[in-house]
Amino acid sequence: MNRSFVLRNPSILVFLALLAFFTLAVTALSEGFGVALISTSFVKTLGKTLCLALVAVAMDLVWGYCGILSLGHFAFFGLGGYMIGMWLMYERTRGIVEASLAEAPIPPTPQEVVDAIGNQIFGVVGSSEFPLVWAFADSLVLQLLLVVILPGLLALVFGWLAFRSRVTGVYLSILTQAMTLALSLYLFQNDSGLRGNNGLSGLQNLPGLDAVPQAVVSIWFLWASALALGLGYLLAAWLVSGKFGSVVRGIRDNEARVRFLGYSVESYKLVIFTLTAMIAGIAGALYYPQAGIINPAEIAPIASIYLAVWVAIGGRGRLYGAVIGAVFVSLVSTWFTGGQAPDVNLGFYTVKWVDWWLIVLGLSFVLVTLFAPKGIGGLFDLIAARRGPDRHGDDLGPDQGSLREKEAVE
Amino acid sequence: MSIRSRIVALPACLLLGLTLVCAALVPAPGQAQDTAAGPIQSVLQAHRALIEKSSRKTVGEAIDAITGSGLPQAQSVLESWQAKEMWQRETDGYFFRGREIDRDTVQLYDFDSGADLGPVPDDDLKQLKPNSGVRGLIGAALVRFQLTDPDPEKRRAALDAIARDAEASHLDAIAASIAGETDAAIKAAKERTLRLLTIRFSDVENERLAAIRSFKGDLGVDARAALNPLLATKVLFSPEPPVGNIAHQVSPGGAELSVAEAHAMMVTAGATPALPGAAERKATLIAHIDGGKVGGVPIGQLDTQAARDRAYAALAEAGVVAPFTPGQTEADAVASGRFWAVYDEPSAAITDAAAETLAAISTTVGVNQALDLTLDALSLASIYFLAAIGLAITFGVMGVINMAHGEFIMMGAYTGYVIQQIVPDYTLSILLAIPVAFAVTFAAGVAMERLVIRWLYHRPLETLLATFGISIALQQLAKNIFGTQARPLTAPAWLDGAWALNDVVGISYIRIAIFVLALVFLAIYLWIMNRTRLGLETRAVTQNPKMAGSMGINPDRVNMLTFGLGSGIAGIAGVAIGLFAKVTSELGQDYIVQSFMTVVVGGVGNVWGTLAGATLIGFLQKGIEWLNPSNTLAAQTYMIIFIIIFIQFRPRGIIALKGRAAGD
Amino acid sequence: MTELKGQLLEVSGVSVTFDGFRAINNLSFSIGPAEMRAIIGPNGAGKTTFMDIVTGKTRPDEGHVLWGEKSINLIGMNEARIAQAGIGRKFQRPTVFEDQSVYDNLLMAVKNARGPFSVLLYRPSFKDRGRVEQLASEIGLAEEIHRKSGELSHGQKQWLEIGMLLAQEPRLLLVDEPAAGMTLAEREQTTDILVEAAKTRAVVVVEHDMEFVRRLNCKVTVLHEGSVLAEGSLDHVTANQQVIDVYLGR
Repeated sequence: MNRSFVLRNPSILVFLALLAFFTLAVTALSEGFGVALISTSFVKTLGKTLCLALVAVAMDLVWGYCGILSLGHFAFFGLGGYMIGMWLMYERTRGIVEASLAEAPIPPTPQEVVDAIGNQIFGVVGSSEFPLVWAFADSLVLQLLLVVILPGLLALVFGWLAFRSRVTGVYLSILTQAMTLALSLYLFQNDSGLRGNNGLSGLQNLPGLDAVPQAVVSIWFLWASALALGLGYLLAAWLVSGKFGSVVRGIRDNEARVRFLGYSVESYKLVIFTLTAMIAGIAGALYYPQAGIINPAEIAPIASIYLAVWVAIGGRGRLYGAVIGAVFVSLVSTWFTGGQAPDVNLGFYTVKWVDWWLIVLGLSFVLVTLFAPKGIGGLFDLIAARRGPDRHGDDLGPDQGSLREKEAVE
Repeated sequence: MSIRSRIVALPACLLLGLTLVCAALVPAPGQAQDTAAGPIQSVLQAHRALIEKSSRKTVGEAIDAITGSGLPQAQSVLESWQAKEMWQRETDGYFFRGREIDRDTVQLYDFDSGADLGPVPDDDLKQLKPNSGVRGLIGAALVRFQLTDPDPEKRRAALDAIARDAEASHLDAIAASIAGETDAAIKAAKERTLRLLTIRFSDVENERLAAIRSFKGDLGVDARAALNPLLATKVLFSPEPPVGNIAHQVSPGGAELSVAEAHAMMVTAGATPALPGAAERKATLIAHIDGGKVGGVPIGQLDTQAARDRAYAALAEAGVVAPFTPGQTEADAVASGRFWAVYDEPSAAITDAAAETLAAISTTVGVNQALDLTLDALSLASIYFLAAIGLAITFGVMGVINMAHGEFIMMGAYTGYVIQQIVPDYTLSILLAIPVAFAVTFAAGVAMERLVIRWLYHRPLETLLATFGISIALQQLAKNIFGTQARPLTAPAWLDGAWALNDVVGISYIRIAIFVLALVFLAIYLWIMNRTRLGLETRAVTQNPKMAGSMGINPDRVNMLTFGLGSGIAGIAGVAIGLFAKVTSELGQDYIVQSFMTVVVGGVGNVWGTLAGATLIGFLQKGIEWLNPSNTLAAQTYMIIFIIIFIQFRPRGIIALKGRAAGD
Repeated sequence: MTELKGQLLEVSGVSVTFDGFRAINNLSFSIGPAEMRAIIGPNGAGKTTFMDIVTGKTRPDEGHVLWGEKSINLIGMNEARIAQAGIGRKFQRPTVFEDQSVYDNLLMAVKNARGPFSVLLYRPSFKDRGRVEQLASEIGLAEEIHRKSGELSHGQKQWLEIGMLLAQEPRLLLVDEPAAGMTLAEREQTTDILVEAAKTRAVVVVEHDMEFVRRLNCKVTVLHEGSVLAEGSLDHVTANQQVIDVYLGR
């Protein structure tokens, strides 16, 4: 079954081949497994970029295909990171605590170990008790399940409330933004149980694997991220290829028509919203161990808007566009804001890219929206020279915000 | 004279007598010009040592002596002393009032006669410089003189001084000064202070009771400050009800008495053996490690609490430590004890009256706090309204979502800041800033509409993202120009301070000004929309752009002007917000989500909806903050959750357009 | 209403108010299982609102909408449920999914399980493909089946939409101004498609164009100010003085 759909979409094979080649090339050039041409920190940056590409694929599903401009998907990304971070931090702290307690004259009781871990973790927020949300922090399996379940559950409840009351368009965008803001403000509190604005840290250290150098761990995570991206891409491509994809795109272009065809638009939106939230959760769970730290600022509404920016610049409504956008913009951003870009001396003023990059990004985003709504992915259409009917750029459906004919050509 | 004043007067007479005796006994050594010490000089000489080496702890006696002398000069002596104008002649130790003429000469006056002793070289003189503690004590003593001072300001200052630092002796002084008081307001204040002092210092129960009851429903903080100490209790452990004014019986584990405190009390009283805690027992076990075992249990097995308890019990059995029952907790131990809260105040009548009065006060305070909260909420609502009304125009009327709206607010605030750099007069600069901010953001809005938004009409999601791009660019630009630190936008002096209705209800003038500004904006908006050509054209274009176009209205121009108007109002809102918030490049971000919420909750396309939305959100936020005052972050979280749920029931907002006109 | 039995759709005493304006006023209407009906009326007579109520888009303030042999109350059901129950609706403007092919459009409409998960696992069966091809030829789009529907002419889009309705296998078709903007030849074909459809199901056509209505040759209901003004053959209603006043007078 899959074979037929892969064959029908040759871009999938191209993408997977490129991804595999990229992963192998980075491995061969890395410090951990190869000739050490690429620093470990850059391997981590590349691994993180793959995770961002995965969440961008999710964003493209929900926005580019289903027409829901969610400004809250980074909330799910962050939640995934928090869930895995809890286990990493708990287990690592336990290793440290047990090592130090082993030198005590009598062996510690389990309760003493837990208390000491609590002291270590929550000392910064003036507490030592384990909050309820940490109930499963000692179990990797349960926390891994939570990586998927918690974002999924939040998306399910939020989506059910929002779609049921037929909130659409910009209202929905604002509501999703409010959801992210609410979550990040909640996590900023010290008594949220997740260390307030300190967030979770030291996540780059895998418990029990202290002997393995970061150079090796970074490659492991690169592989895992590449695998997740590959699988996520396949899943997304499969979703949008068949009749399900037809219905979902139908919802984007004309929600009412789909409804009068007898499809329950709300359930489809809910499925897409929840599923993409889960994918975002997985992406986050792979991202933050590579970043090493997660705090509520990561979930701030602006992050989710950037996600939309990547997808828009890459080209929405096509999965590889989302990947290109995320990879391109985040790597270029890293380059400019990391101080690697050379300053431009204009004689009367020196342009420091650290200061000016955001302005360039903001304005280029405006330009892309105005002049290249198909984004970078649109270049592929020029190569393929496939032109759609010229309808002078009208909307494809009567609904506001629906896809324009100009952009609809696959 | 009342009994009270007689009681106080008695020791004063005694003191006076004593000092006179002292003065007679101590001969003034080496008197040169002065024949004999005058009465006040005698008092001073009697306490010469204390005055010379004055310290807060010891000087009280000397001050009491001066005040108690009943001499008319006492006030001027104390005033001179306090003002560091008292000099001492080193040869005979006499004190004088002196004023330094130049570095070497001092103009001296005699305390008793007030006679001018002429300029004197300061070789033989020493200035007394009491420290601030001593000056405070002198001030307290001076109060009784100042209460009858002819200058009303001084009398008022004296009352303030008493309010800050009252003592028993003031009671008498105030009571005596009331009769001669001519100023009605000061008289009322004196009577109030008298009642407060009566509560604290009087010995006559009936007078105290009357004073306590007189404060029923009084909102003054001073009243509560005087009443609350009367109800101070301490908790005692006692099997039988203890002697004294018992408030109630206390059960351990509450806010009044923790289990650990209760247990400690019982242990101190010997009612129960000390119960070593887990950590303590662990230390004991470690201390008794004996050949890899403790109490017969191998160390390796001590990794559970049960095993440790077994080992400790074994130690106890062996008599090494005090007997120990595993599993017994402090809570079990204190269950048998009885604890009592006993008032420090011995009279039950007084405590009852105080409790009753405080209850009455707290009802009144509650009502007033609700009023205060309403004012706060109203002020917050007007801020949200100001921030949102521009958005209501662009988003509500034109269907254009402007993520850069927050940055327009920021631009307005920075415009105000720049103008204050140029025009130093705060009143003038604020008055100037309002039109200039409007002009600047109007221009920015028009530019944005011309360059970006008009290409994206009917594409709201695209508009959202494009304006977001502008928003991050503007924010960064502001950061590059003004830096990341907050810039001040100072309100003119006449907006400083607050309008206080009483001790509970108050609101700052800035907030009142913002409230008024919000009302003005509402009026202007209604006027523009309903009474002007632009409003008519805007409404026409909103409802049917094609039809409006065919009737000779230029929709491009209307859209441009409407957008400019919405942005300009955001600029003015920025000036207003900048007056009380810090002006940073992130100023707009703090308001943008709330502004969107206001518009969405209120209902799109209707200014009354925006008003209702702002009111709802303002009141809601204050209400939640009141329920959970320590945590404003949580308040915002709960508010957003509430709004998400609210949208369930009214998806189109509070004031919704119905039917086909509302579109789909 | 006396003839309750044998009716497919039974609308009785329905009223709806928008901001004080009564769009539908105590409207009663019924249609049998295999019947063609034309609804005419001036602008603002409530034709579109009537369709909105039947299809669940607008909820009336009062009244009943009963459906089928079991007399299910449609009020309170959502659009998708009503569509699944067997009511198809065609909008005034042709609304097809323009970035998808004719084949995809029709396949989406073919009667099958509508739940997200069954759709996710759905693969077109031989029978479904045959059905799509048959429908395409019925609406005269057999040649265009793999073209994007956005590339079709206006009339072809109208037919595609009707074809999608037929693919749903509804028992009642609500068609809003199908002939608007069509050439004469296209109109004739549209009439044929609708007449053919009415042989096996109920069809309600809302139309302004009297010529088109005459060609449908069916019972006509005249709506005015939200309620039924007259009902009968076209000749009968056009002879009605009230109808003439409403259309010509004022």
